[in-house]
Amino acid sequence: MNQDHAHSHDAEHEHHHPHPRQPDVEDAPLSWHMALTEAVADLMVAKGLCTTADIHRTLEVIDAASPAAGARLVARAWLDPVFRELMLADVNRAASDLGIDAGAIPIRAVENRPDLHNVIVCTLCSCYPRFLLGGSPDWYKSKAYRSRMVREPRAVLREFGVDLPADVRVDVHDSTAELRYMVIPNRPVGTEGWSEERLAETVTRDAMIGTGLARCV
Amino acid sequence: MTLKKGDHVRVLHLDPPGHHRTPSFVRGREGIVEALAGRMPDAEMMAYGRRGVDQPVWRVRFRQAELWPDYEGEAGDAVIVDLYEHWLEPLR
Repeated sequence: MNQDHAHSHDAEHEHHHPHPRQPDVEDAPLSWHMALTEAVADLMVAKGLCTTADIHRTLEVIDAASPAAGARLVARAWLDPVFRELMLADVNRAASDLGIDAGAIPIRAVENRPDLHNVIVCTLCSCYPRFLLGGSPDWYKSKAYRSRMVREPRAVLREFGVDLPADVRVDVHDSTAELRYMVIPNRPVGTEGWSEERLAETVTRDAMIGTGLARCV
Repeated sequence: MTLKKGDHVRVLHLDPPGHHRTPSFVRGREGIVEALAGRMPDAEMMAYGRRGVDQPVWRVRFRQAELWPDYEGEAGDAVIVDLYEHWLEPLR
């Protein structure tokens, strides 16, 4: 803030310049899909198919999902070879074994190796394993990410701070069908003897998308 | 099912009306079948409110150089796409 503007709003002062106003939600027109969503929700409640409380409970479940669930799976897979095999074969069942609901859509885990980096994209829309990773970041849904990740993955990864050497191959997985993907990142060096909880803290959302690496914090 | 792991395939170069799950950047391109991704609900039918019959979906690996002749990465880099069998034409 510059010196001229260093005033308190409580103080009496000459104040003729307008401050930018943060728009209210209603200032933007209702989009076609927003109107459709409102109309369908109103109709479902009016017809007694569900209550507004049901809708809010469902929204709470969706909002409660977070990358912590996926991170627990990854940390367990690093520690337990049998669990790792199970996770590579069937993520939903592996999650269920830990008491985590991974949802009805099958999820496939792809595993990084010292010579292989995996990264996830959905070029057609924005498919994402949100039961295990939480809501997807806005950039994941952007046209720039979706088009560039299959076209120049190494450049995009560098923008995310992941600079891969030439001897590490890049596999880009495009989730086009009724299947979701997540990455099992490489376990960070220097984490020998760490507990599952501590290891899980190194597993970020981006590490499970493939736009990041698991890192000691 | 007519395909198996290791088969060389070409994605049909079609642009049909309606909904489908074949990204345009792989149409007409050649890849190698890596695995059966599963038998999945037919998205092309579901878009019209019909369940249809579950279809085999194959995981197909495309070399980046096959997709983009001017690709600036490493030779081993690839894009792996899950594709419905009826979009895949076996080669040889």
